[in-house]
Amino acid sequence: MTSDVNESDRVAAAVDALLAAYPPATTQPKEFWGAQFDAGLAWVDYQVGDGGLGVSPRHREYVNRRLEEAGAPTWNRSANILGIGMGAGVLAAHGTPEQRTRWLRPMFTMDEIWCQLFSEPGAGSDVAGLATRAVRDGDEWIVNGQKVWTTLAHLAKWGLLVARSDPDQPKHLGLTYFIVDMESPGVEVRPLYQITGEAEFNEVFFDDARIPDSQRIDDVGAGWRVAMTTLMNERVAIGGNTVPRNFGSIGRAMEVWNQRGSGDATTRRELARLWAEVEAMRLTALRATENMKAGVPGPEGSTGKLAWADLNKEVTSFTVSMLGLEGLTIPEGYTLEPTSYETREVERVMSPQRHFLRARANSIEGGTSEIMRNILGERILGLPGEPRVDKGLPWKEVPRG
Amino acid sequence: MAEPTTFVRSEEQRMLASTLRDLLASTTDMDRTRELSLSTDAMDHVTWKAISEMGLVGLALPSAYGGADSTTTDLAIVFEELGRVVAAVPLLSTVVASSVIMATGSEEQRRSLLPPLAAGETVATIAIFEDAHGHGTDTPSTKATREGGGWRISGVKRFVTDAPNADVFVVSAAVDGGVGTFVVAADVDGVAIEPLNALDPTRPLGNVSFDVLVSDDARLGGSHTGDALARAVDLGIAMVSQEQVGLSQRCLEMSVDYAKNRFQFGRAIGSFQAIKHRCADMLVAVEHARSAAWHAAATFDDPLEASIAIPLAKSVCSDTAVKVSGDTIQVFGGIGFTWEHDAHLYFKRAKATSLLFGPVGFHRDRLADAVGI
Repeated sequence: MTSDVNESDRVAAAVDALLAAYPPATTQPKEFWGAQFDAGLAWVDYQVGDGGLGVSPRHREYVNRRLEEAGAPTWNRSANILGIGMGAGVLAAHGTPEQRTRWLRPMFTMDEIWCQLFSEPGAGSDVAGLATRAVRDGDEWIVNGQKVWTTLAHLAKWGLLVARSDPDQPKHLGLTYFIVDMESPGVEVRPLYQITGEAEFNEVFFDDARIPDSQRIDDVGAGWRVAMTTLMNERVAIGGNTVPRNFGSIGRAMEVWNQRGSGDATTRRELARLWAEVEAMRLTALRATENMKAGVPGPEGSTGKLAWADLNKEVTSFTVSMLGLEGLTIPEGYTLEPTSYETREVERVMSPQRHFLRARANSIEGGTSEIMRNILGERILGLPGEPRVDKGLPWKEVPRG
Repeated sequence: MAEPTTFVRSEEQRMLASTLRDLLASTTDMDRTRELSLSTDAMDHVTWKAISEMGLVGLALPSAYGGADSTTTDLAIVFEELGRVVAAVPLLSTVVASSVIMATGSEEQRRSLLPPLAAGETVATIAIFEDAHGHGTDTPSTKATREGGGWRISGVKRFVTDAPNADVFVVSAAVDGGVGTFVVAADVDGVAIEPLNALDPTRPLGNVSFDVLVSDDARLGGSHTGDALARAVDLGIAMVSQEQVGLSQRCLEMSVDYAKNRFQFGRAIGSFQAIKHRCADMLVAVEHARSAAWHAAATFDDPLEASIAIPLAKSVCSDTAVKVSGDTIQVFGGIGFTWEHDAHLYFKRAKATSLLFGPVGFHRDRLADAVGI
């Protein structure tokens, strides 16, 4: 308890000093983030020198709240989410001191944007089956293959890459984790146009790209274990995400109903049903957060992703139906254009029609709803797994297609 | 932690739940419940006596009237546990009727009427519905007219819960251009109870016709007690929602347990995604219902939030109970369709509770009004 109090005092003092020395109103964001990192307030639980103070991670919330209240810039966390939200955790847990020193500060200051290179055309839900090859060549690795669904790749300096270093091992064991320079020769990024015509994601092609061995994270063959750290950080980043009432698609649905709806009783009643479902999901997220804080976490902490995906698809589809014949149109039209940095950052106001189309990805991205149901069934309810035909087989003997 | 939380159960509440669960494990018996299901006046007297002695019937009433001064959420926990075992006890009826007496009765009426109810010595229920769609609760055709120094109550109330076991009816009647509420004993001349064949026989139903002369002090409150009756109905919805959470959670547990132990094609059927995914969907539904029901109980004393939370819970928990108990029959397959299995007791309770206090659609309209749709 005493150390808790000491920790709280230390963190509070560090925040006070930072805000006094770098008043948010008159400090450029990059300069502020640099000072925040140096003050140990980037990830307060990391070691001193890595942007932390070596205190409990529960102080993160306090730091964020204080900085937000003071009007400090905090949008680097979302703009460089794959670095600050995920890559940093990997470096903190698995990186060498040199690696942490090289990458953490410019990541936090947004001087270097990060992306994550896991999914492949042949490895979606079964990401451990990935085929991108990394072959050792002296002090370097030569990488060949293709990644897909890579958010921010076209803006990124660094990529978190998992590649197959030993195809003779079973699939989980032959993987190695690297940090790849996205601007190096042999790395090509192409926008991947999606259902709306936009390109939020990219395809990334590796053609004899070379990665210094000094950019390998942890041991050769430890790639899956390191990747799990990334995914765990992803879950932490997504979990505890509570929103106000009427946030997001259900709020848009109410706007459409109130401004442009038909006014009929059946539609109204159905909208009320959907509102109730969305609100129950929101209350469940609140309950999960409260139970987590109270130290009594339950299954309610694991249902959010699946529930949200299904409900968001249903609500956005219903919203287009409420438009009547206007739902036959899409105001933006279809043009093939990469999503720009600005459109990612500025709150985009999509038409209900575009929102409806975009929502189809909700049950695919970040774990398909089928995989989420397997996770709930097996890890929460304790049901047995499916028999696996690839278990124990060398990766190269596993059927693919 | 001085910080107030809405969703985290206190140590005392967890204790209440586990004590009651243990008690119900010893007092309830599914074979006896099945036996009771063949009657129109089912009542598990063993369990009723046990929960009465534990002080749970009057849990949320003030101690001055024989209660235990507990909160609405404490009471909700009792309903969740009773829902887990589809207990055939008249708690819902008694609690709802007691809340009307508490809200509208004079000090003298409370002191004479509430203690025997709180002790479980007598059973009360509200008699307010007159047709299948809940029309006319604001304008009952049942009338109260002056006769001598008292009141003559005349009319027919339908679908009255626990009517066959009730000692006391809390009856709504048109009077003075508003809705009046009267307390009428079941065993007096002029009260006729017609038991119904209930879809869920573990919560008996009856039609009750009144042509009865009662004394002046049978009347509760002033002429306009309609709001108090509506509040009592909302309390009933909050409690039923929690009961639905309990029965749904139990169904999920039975399904998962069966899916782990039933083998077909050389595998536990729970290893098939068709079953596993159904169970995962049941889990999501139960967790959402749990949040909605808890919120309804926790915010019951905040009228503005309750106007949202009550129809919200009704909408979510009713759909969940019907879906999860129906899916349970499907997971069990043939055995789940038999009388000897427990699944039908849950399924019947689920469907019946979804209709109790007015169908879901009616409450979705209320919700739309409350949230600005």
